[in-house]
Amino acid sequence: MASHRDLPAGLVNHFFSNTGSSSFTEFVGSYAPELLPQRDSVLATPIGDQVPHATTIVAATFAGGVVMAGDRRATSGNIISQRDVEKVFRTDDYSCMGIAGTASTGIEMARLYRVELEHYEKMEGRTLSVAGKANRLATMIRGNLGMAMQGLVVVPLFAAYDPDRDGGRIFSYDVAGGPYERERFDAIGSGSIFARGSLKKLYREDASADDMVMTLIQALYDAADDDSATGGPDVTRKIWPIVSVIDADGYRRLTEDEVSGYVEQMLDARMIAPDGPIAPLR
Amino acid sequence: MPFGYASPEQIMRDKADYARKGIARGRSVVVLQYEDGILFVAPNPSRALHKISEIYDRIGFAAVGRYNEFEELRLGGIRYADINGYTYDRSDVTGRGLANLYASNLGRIFTESIKSLEVEVVVAEVGDTPDGDAIYRLTFDGSVFDEHGFAAMGGQAEAVATRLKEHYREGMPLAEALGVALTALTEPGGERPPVAQLEVAVLDRTREHRKFQRLTGPRLERLLSQGTATPPPAADSAPAEPGETPPPTAPDGDVDDGSSPL
Repeated sequence: MASHRDLPAGLVNHFFSNTGSSSFTEFVGSYAPELLPQRDSVLATPIGDQVPHATTIVAATFAGGVVMAGDRRATSGNIISQRDVEKVFRTDDYSCMGIAGTASTGIEMARLYRVELEHYEKMEGRTLSVAGKANRLATMIRGNLGMAMQGLVVVPLFAAYDPDRDGGRIFSYDVAGGPYERERFDAIGSGSIFARGSLKKLYREDASADDMVMTLIQALYDAADDDSATGGPDVTRKIWPIVSVIDADGYRRLTEDEVSGYVEQMLDARMIAPDGPIAPLR
Repeated sequence: MPFGYASPEQIMRDKADYARKGIARGRSVVVLQYEDGILFVAPNPSRALHKISEIYDRIGFAAVGRYNEFEELRLGGIRYADINGYTYDRSDVTGRGLANLYASNLGRIFTESIKSLEVEVVVAEVGDTPDGDAIYRLTFDGSVFDEHGFAAMGGQAEAVATRLKEHYREGMPLAEALGVALTALTEPGGERPPVAQLEVAVLDRTREHRKFQRLTGPRLERLLSQGTATPPPAADSAPAEPGETPPPTAPDGDVDDGSSPL
């Protein structure tokens, strides 16, 4: 199939005659496949640590919604390649995704996924169901499997508000797809083992959105504490984690000021108790 | 096939007459600027088959005429916008680019097909300030009109446009703009269309990310009651300055002499 740049003028009508599915990815695949993340050509050798990697993402539900947060560090091997990278992306009015693994592939996936959701919404005049959104993301990860085998591994964490349940839902994935729905909370990335341990102790079923943001900030700090690839809050440069809240009012990314408020509160407490809050023993 | 010769002029005239008649059969749609963006109003008994739609972050679409024909234009426009936004950047998708794509397709179909499309389309783009707003009206033959402030099409388009021009002023609040649109859509002394039969949407520059929003339910009813509570502006309130028929932006020619094609 020819690229859209060298189609003869008359074939611009392809725009108007394509009456297939409402999937943007499928449309691009048939119309200008070179725009899609590479599916067939694979690199000769795994490139390992040469491209930046993004690490820890955490998410947790609360009554009426879901919160997702990500640290800001990107690493190439033992080098910190960027201190203020963004790994949590708004994908539509009621969902977001965070990425861990190869930063470039993850950012491209988030960009394409956003268009995918909006394209469906505009074509069909309705939004996809939450399960539909989660499945669509799974398909895109499966399409990336060939590159994952070459070391360009990217794994997303997906969170959405589900109006049918009036609550948040979290889906995680492996490199071969998924989706695996998670109750309560989940974390991905190299610091996720530590973040998940922290979340396990601090998660409360009845927490408010405000408390849950604090819980995630604590979990990210615990991840950064024990994982060298996860960045803690950068107090001198004023770089704070990215925190997103989704509820019935839609997606909202907390402002720098809001997040710095939470972070300063946490840091003050950690000055006294470096390991953070203690969960009750009984 | 009928025998005999028909001149190209005659064929074009027949096609244009045919299209114009088809478009005039439907109901009018009105698009106008208000203080925070652009308002679309269409009397439309259907809840599902829209005449107004989102194309991209800042771009909205409104159409009159044959549903299947403008629906195809709408879907094509969404594909164009999404693929360009994905290839370059979201800010690189412009209303002007979309209007040109539609114009070339409408023009080609008008000249090459036996039957031209019976549609008229508005592509509107909201800017960061009112000066950045753009309203492009496209006719069945591919002519593009760069409208200022407001546009009306379909049904008794001329009468609607005249009423719109009388009551329109720059920088109206949303409720007032809605009132003006309904006044324009209603024949003097006639009944206003009931709320359930109105399709209303805005491109609101104060919104984040995607500016397009449908107005329905209680919010629409509240706006309508506000809009009718305020008396329509007096005739001496500042009229839209570029009130005259705007010149066509397509090249001059037989088909494109501005005020009335052909």
